[in-house]
Amino acid sequence: MSVTVQSQERRAAIERARRASRLVENALRFRELGLLAALAVVVAVTTIDNPRFLSAQSIRDLLLNASIVALLTVGQTLVVITRNVDLSVGSVLGLTAFVTGNLFVDHPGLPIVAALLVGILIGVACGAINGGITAVGRVPSLVVTLGTLYVFRGIDYAFAGGRQVNAENLPDSLLSLGSGRVLGVPYLAIVTVAVVAVAAWALRSYRWGRELYAIGSNPDAAVLAGVPVGRRVLAAFVASGAVAGLAGALWTARFGTVDAAAGTGFELQVIAAVVVGGVAIFGGSGTVVGAALGALLLSTIGSALVVLRVPAFWLQAIAGALLLGAIALDRLIGLRLASALRQRSVRDGG
Amino acid sequence: MAAEPATTTARLGARRLLRWESVLVLLLVAVAVGGSLAEPGFLSGSNLFYLGLDVGEIALLALPLTLVVVAGEIDLSIASILGLSSALIGFLWNAGWALEVIFPTVVLVGAVAGLCNGLLVTRLGLPSLAVTIGTLALYRGLAFVVLGDQAVADFPAKYTRYGIDPIPGTHVPYPIALFAVLAVLFALLLHTTPFGRAIFAIGANQEAAFFSGIRVKRTKLILYVLSGAMSSLAGIVWTLRFASARADNGTGLELAVVAAVLLGGVSIFGGRGTLGGVVAAVFLLGGVRNALILNDVSNDTLNVVTGLLLIGSVVAPSAVRAAGRVVRPRRAPPDPSARPTAGG
Repeated sequence: MSVTVQSQERRAAIERARRASRLVENALRFRELGLLAALAVVVAVTTIDNPRFLSAQSIRDLLLNASIVALLTVGQTLVVITRNVDLSVGSVLGLTAFVTGNLFVDHPGLPIVAALLVGILIGVACGAINGGITAVGRVPSLVVTLGTLYVFRGIDYAFAGGRQVNAENLPDSLLSLGSGRVLGVPYLAIVTVAVVAVAAWALRSYRWGRELYAIGSNPDAAVLAGVPVGRRVLAAFVASGAVAGLAGALWTARFGTVDAAAGTGFELQVIAAVVVGGVAIFGGSGTVVGAALGALLLSTIGSALVVLRVPAFWLQAIAGALLLGAIALDRLIGLRLASALRQRSVRDGG
Repeated sequence: MAAEPATTTARLGARRLLRWESVLVLLLVAVAVGGSLAEPGFLSGSNLFYLGLDVGEIALLALPLTLVVVAGEIDLSIASILGLSSALIGFLWNAGWALEVIFPTVVLVGAVAGLCNGLLVTRLGLPSLAVTIGTLALYRGLAFVVLGDQAVADFPAKYTRYGIDPIPGTHVPYPIALFAVLAVLFALLLHTTPFGRAIFAIGANQEAAFFSGIRVKRTKLILYVLSGAMSSLAGIVWTLRFASARADNGTGLELAVVAAVLLGGVSIFGGRGTLGGVVAAVFLLGGVRNALILNDVSNDTLNVVTGLLLIGSVVAPSAVRAAGRVVRPRRAPPDPSARPTAGG
């Protein structure tokens, strides 16, 4: 008799735990659904006003515009999940964009892959510096990457020395990587989707991916649980640098004309996209898919406002207000969810 | 027994801070000596006047930001409030207002902008980094809404001379005189009043501060309002100095101010820092910049120096700590066989 009661209790407990985890899971999925819904609303409203907003060419432009920011959000997400931040991505992008562009000016016959590799390698080096100082010195990454934001940009300016890389000096194959497409989809978008997919899969299914979340949720607990915190944080920064390096090379391919100022101030756009995409700024939660959708949403809103003939001077103010709205809404939903979970656990006596 | 390690840490912390500020002062002296060796006119009154003009806005912005960062928060929207104020000055001047009315109005608007930041951070409980990145875009955007891309430059010389002339008989620019007065007031506020102690307590441990009766939200709200009003003041100074009201005035200045505050030894996690260190850091950066410009070194090098100083400011104390750990290991090393294996 008592055995059945016990097993019933246990079954109820398991059921409660399952229900709670399902609720959390739904909430997480809700974030990406919410982003998609917002995206749909923006596109629908704009299309009613101007049907050409949904033409193939327009959609291609939307994807192209969002690609580079979305790419950068992948690396930034890895870093932010560990309760760090990488403010140097704009400078790394600028540095690699100029160096790879300049490479083609000096060596016209170079294969494209070499340029991408050089970009990624420079990015890895920059990321290793950021991550090394942060992890080994155990100092706040905000300060370190604010410092390297200046250092990398300064190196960029010193190297460029007022020069500019022009599109006519770049091989057509590189430029077609930036603006070309396969089956109607821009190469840039394909690269971005591939990087997002790989990162999403790795974060979800690999031990080190889960460990990034553990570090961000509670760094001290992660240390006690045997997570090699320093090495994981270093890896996250290296990944962010590599992605920023790749983005720099693609920036050159996309715009053709590059000077030392490329990507100045980009870091705040990337962080805004990451925050809108539902990555907690204090680490421990969020997905790369959400962050990339955040980038797509912000850039689509930007394009939509232009199509809706909103005066150009209003664009930035509206973008800022939307960003504030997104984080405030997210917070309110989070509070609701937390109180719902608490009520549930009180009711179930668990 | 529990209190003793805490006071030791506090004393060590104080000593470390003291050391960092002495390092800053030494660096300042080194810049002064090096600068005048390389360029004899470096310490001349007229050059120091231009140096003072050059750091005026950053110096004014650094004062409230120091308090905000000591309280464990951040305000990245300061340069945008500066731009919004400048645009508003141009707009109201075009509308025929008198400057005597415009200036208080603009400071009030800045205070309201700061209030919005503060309400979002304290009442909604949003992270200040995210909020002020949002208002950075919002306030800069509003500046463009107010004034578009035009520049208003027909201010009477009666006022613009305060932006470009020294106080008669001295080499002190008006903004630096204003800064000196405000710096003393801010230093007294932070280091001698209960309000200042509350700021440190909040930055050190917000919950402990709350449970010891400090009105955490109210205090932070006041700091954000102060930050907004001071940013507007810096906007007025900027507008008078360049005799030009534009919506893009001071774009990107926020990072330079954050750099100065952090270089001044204020902990980004809050609870530690002194206003004196920040003032030293502001003039150190300004001095390095001025010396480099006098010697025809490009602005790029300055960026590298700024960045390296910033990194050095956090790595140096940490390196000292690490060295201390190597000399005196805290406890016996754990059994090597119990360590988690590499990789995984």
